[in-house]
Amino acid sequence: MISDLFTVTVLVGILASGIRLSTPYLYAAIGEAFGQKSGVLNLGVEGQMLLGAFAAFYVALTTGSLWLGLLTAMIVGALMGLAMAYVTVNLHAEQGISGIGFYLFGLGMSDLLFQKLMGTVETVKGFPEIYIPGLSDIPGIGKIFFSQNILVYGAYLLVPIAWFVLNKTTLGLKIRSVGENPDAADSLGVSVSRIRYFTIILGGTLSGIAGASLSIALLNVFQQNMTSGLGFIAVALVYFGGWRPIGILGGALLFSFINSLQLWMQVLSIPIPSDIAVMMPYVVTILVLVATVSKVRAPSALSKPFERGD
Amino acid sequence: MTETDKLPSGRDRIESLEMRGITKRFPGVLASDHVNFDVKSGEVHALLGENGAGKSTLMKILYGLYHPDEGEILINGKPVRISSPNDSINLGIGMIHQHFMLVQTMTVAENVALGLPSSRGLLTDLDRVSKRIIELANLYGLKIDPSAYIWQLSVGQQQRVEIIKALYRGAALLILDEPTAVLTPQEVDELFVIMNQMVKDGHGLVFISHKLHEVVEISHRVSVLRDGRMIGTRLTSDTTKQDLANWMVGREVGFTPDRGQVECGGPRLQLKDVACGSDRGTPGLRGINIDVCSGEILGIAGVSGNGQRELAETITGLRKTTGGHVILEGNDITGFDPSDITDRMLSYIPEERMRDGMIKDFTVAENMILREHEKMPYSRYGFLNLREISRHADELIKKFHVKTPSRETHAKNLSGGNIQKIVLAREIFRTPRVIIAAQPTRGLDIGATEYVREQLLEQRKQGVAIMLISEDLDEILALSDRIAVIYEGQVMDIVPRAEATPAKLGLLMAGVHPEETKQTSEVF
Ligand SMILES: Nc1ncnc2c1ncn2[C@@H]1O[C@H](COP(=O)(O)OP(=O)(O)OP(=O)(O)O)[C@@H](O)[C@H]1O
Ligand SMILES: [Mg+2]
Repeated sequence: MISDLFTVTVLVGILASGIRLSTPYLYAAIGEAFGQKSGVLNLGVEGQMLLGAFAAFYVALTTGSLWLGLLTAMIVGALMGLAMAYVTVNLHAEQGISGIGFYLFGLGMSDLLFQKLMGTVETVKGFPEIYIPGLSDIPGIGKIFFSQNILVYGAYLLVPIAWFVLNKTTLGLKIRSVGENPDAADSLGVSVSRIRYFTIILGGTLSGIAGASLSIALLNVFQQNMTSGLGFIAVALVYFGGWRPIGILGGALLFSFINSLQLWMQVLSIPIPSDIAVMMPYVVTILVLVATVSKVRAPSALSKPFERGD
Repeated sequence: MTETDKLPSGRDRIESLEMRGITKRFPGVLASDHVNFDVKSGEVHALLGENGAGKSTLMKILYGLYHPDEGEILINGKPVRISSPNDSINLGIGMIHQHFMLVQTMTVAENVALGLPSSRGLLTDLDRVSKRIIELANLYGLKIDPSAYIWQLSVGQQQRVEIIKALYRGAALLILDEPTAVLTPQEVDELFVIMNQMVKDGHGLVFISHKLHEVVEISHRVSVLRDGRMIGTRLTSDTTKQDLANWMVGREVGFTPDRGQVECGGPRLQLKDVACGSDRGTPGLRGINIDVCSGEILGIAGVSGNGQRELAETITGLRKTTGGHVILEGNDITGFDPSDITDRMLSYIPEERMRDGMIKDFTVAENMILREHEKMPYSRYGFLNLREISRHADELIKKFHVKTPSRETHAKNLSGGNIQKIVLAREIFRTPRVIIAAQPTRGLDIGATEYVREQLLEQRKQGVAIMLISEDLDEILALSDRIAVIYEGQVMDIVPRAEATPAKLGLLMAGVHPEETKQTSEVF
C-alpha cells in the first residue's frame, strides 16, 4: 500500500539507503570532475569501476582483507588512468573515443577474469557499519547519517576535500587553468601534461574505489557488468553539478534517493510495474537536468588535446 | 658582482642576450632563416617587420615555446638551453604575448599567482598576491582590481594584467610582443613610462610594434625582419619613420589615405535611447542616440571600457538591450537574432577577433565563409560547395594579401596580423549595407593598415554606412566624417571632422562636457 511508505521506519530506511547508494556515484563523479576541470573527458569511468570492483572483491575473497582489496582496486584504477593519460595526453587521441575503448576493455577484462578466477557468484562480508557512540543513537538521524560503513563516510569527506583542493590550493589553480586555457598555463611554466596525468590518474583511483564500494561495501558480491551504467551516470552528474563538488553531491543524492524510493516501493509491493520503477531515477534526473540547465559553462578546453605550436 | 649589477628585484641583470643563427621551419614556411639578434641590459631593442615576417616566432623561441631547428642562445656570453617557458622564466626572461595568455574565468590575482610558488606552501596566498599586485600597480601607475575576473575587463585592462604578470615575476629581460596594439594613446604613454623606468633600472627590453612613431620614441636600436630573414639592425637615432617604413616594406608607403568627398545619404543605422547592461552588472550603455548615414564613416572615440564593446554587441544582437531601439534601414531590429541581423547585410568586425570573429581550429577557407556558409553559392540544400569555397578563399587570400601556406592551413597557425586579415576580408567582401568595425587595423602592418583603410573608404564610396570604433585617434581622424565621443556609456558630443582636434576629443573622452570644452579651447 502507498500509505506504507509514509511510516517513520520506512522513510528513515529510504533516506539511509539513499545515502549509502550515493557512495559510488560520489567517488566516480568527483574523480571525473578533476579530470574535466583539467580539460580531459574520461568516458572510461565505467570500465575502471568494473575492474576496480572485481579486483577489490577477488583480493578480499582470497586474502580475507577488505583493505587489501580496496588498495588493489585503487591501484588497478590508477593504472587504467595512467593508460588513459598516455593515450590522450601523449598520443593526443580523441578523448571520447578512447574513453569508450577503456570502458569496453574494463567490461571485457573484468568478465574474463571473473570467469577464469571465480566462475560462480560468491559473496564476501563487506565493510561493516561503524557505530559512533552518541551520534548513532539519535533517533532517525543516527540511522540515516551515522550508521554507515567507512566508504560512505569517505565519500562524504571527499566532497569538501575536492572543493578545497580545487579552490584553495595552488594545485587546484593549476588544474583549473589547464582546463580553461592550457596555452596560458603553459606560458607560465605550468606543465599541462603533468597536471593532466595527475588528474586522470586521480580520477582512475577514485573510480577504482567507486567500484570497490559496490563489491565490498554495498552489495558484497561481484557479477558481470555489475555497475550497469553507473559510471556513465557519474559522468552525467559532473555536468549536472556544474563541475562543482557540491553540485555533484546534490545530483548524486537526488539520483540515489529516488533509486532508494523505487527499491522500497518494490519491497513494499506497491503496485507499479517494476520497469517503470527502475526507470524513475533516470527520468527524474533528466527532468531536473532540463529544468535547472546549469548556467555554469564547461571548462573551455574540455576534451581538447593540448599541443604546443611546435 | 657589485651591487649595481643587480636589478631592483634583487635579480642579476642580463648584461647581454644573443641569439645566433636561429632557424625555424613550419610546414610550408621558413619562419626564421639564420637570424641573429641581441639585446643588452638598459636598452629597448625594437623588432619590426610585416605581418608574418617571423617576429613572434623568434621571440617564442627565446621564451622556450618553440624549439629552433638550428642556432643557439647565449646569456652574458654563455650558451644556455631554453626548452620550455620554465627555463626562460628561471633565466629571467619574461614575455608579454601578442594574444593574451589569460584564463578568462579566473581573477586577476589568480592569473598572476598561477605557476608561482605560494608563500603558504600548498595553499594559495591570493590575498598576499593581491596586495603585491596593488603595490606594483601603484609603483608603475597602472590601475587594476586584483579581484576582478578577466572576462569582465576591457582589452586594455587585460593588457595591464599581462604587464603586471611579467613585472610580478621580476623578469630581467622582457619581450613585449605588440603590447601597444590594444592600448589607447594615454595607456601607451603610461606603458612607455614603465618601460623607461625598467630600462633605467637595468632591464633589457624587446619591443615589437607596427606603429613606427612608437618605435622612434621608445627604442634605442631597431632591427627589421622580412620573410624570416634579418635585414639589419640600426641605431634608432640614425633613422626616421619614413626610412623605417621603406626599409621594412621594401617600397615607399604613404601614411594618410585620401578620403575624398562623398555625399551622405539617409540614415541606415539609427540608435534611439539604447541602453544595456555590462558584464559587471553596471549599466553599459545609458541612452545612446546615434545615426549613421549611407556613405558616412562615423567614428566612435573613447577610452577603452566606456561602452564600446556593449555598443557593438547591442547593434549586432549579441547583447540584450534594456531599453531603446536599434533601427536598420528603417526596420526595428531590437531583440533580433544575430543571424537575422547578419542576413540584413550588417557586417561586424569584432574587437577581439581571435575570440569573437573566428574559429581557431578551422582552416582559413572555412573561416572565410563562416558568415555565409549556409547560403548560395557556398552551400546548396545543406551540402557545402567545396569548389566554390576554395575559389572564394583563394580570391580573398590574394586580395587581402593574407600570408598563409595554403587555404587549408588552420587559422591558429597564421601570424597575428594575418589572422586579423581573415576576418576583415570576410566582413568587407560580402558587400554589406552597414559595417561595424571595432579597431579594424589593430595588429596590422603598415601596408595592410593602408589597405584596410582604403577598403573602408571604398565601401563608404559605395554608400555603406560605417561605424568605426577605435581608440586610435589618428585612425578616427584619418577616416571619420563625424566623430561621436563616448564616455561612461553616453555620447558626450558628436563633432564633425572639420571641427575635431585631438585636444578637443581628448577632453570629451575624459568626460568633460562640450560647453566646458568650448571654454577651455578658447583659453588655449
Ligand atoms: N605554430 C605554427 N605553425 C605553423 N606555422 C606557423 C606557426 N606559427 C607561426 N607560423 C608561421 O610562421 C610565419 C611567421 O609568423 P609570426 O607569427 O612569427 O609572424 P609575425 O612577424 O609575428 O607577424 P604579425 O605581425 O602578424 O604578428 C607565418 O607565416 C606563420 O604562418
Ligand atoms: Mg606576431
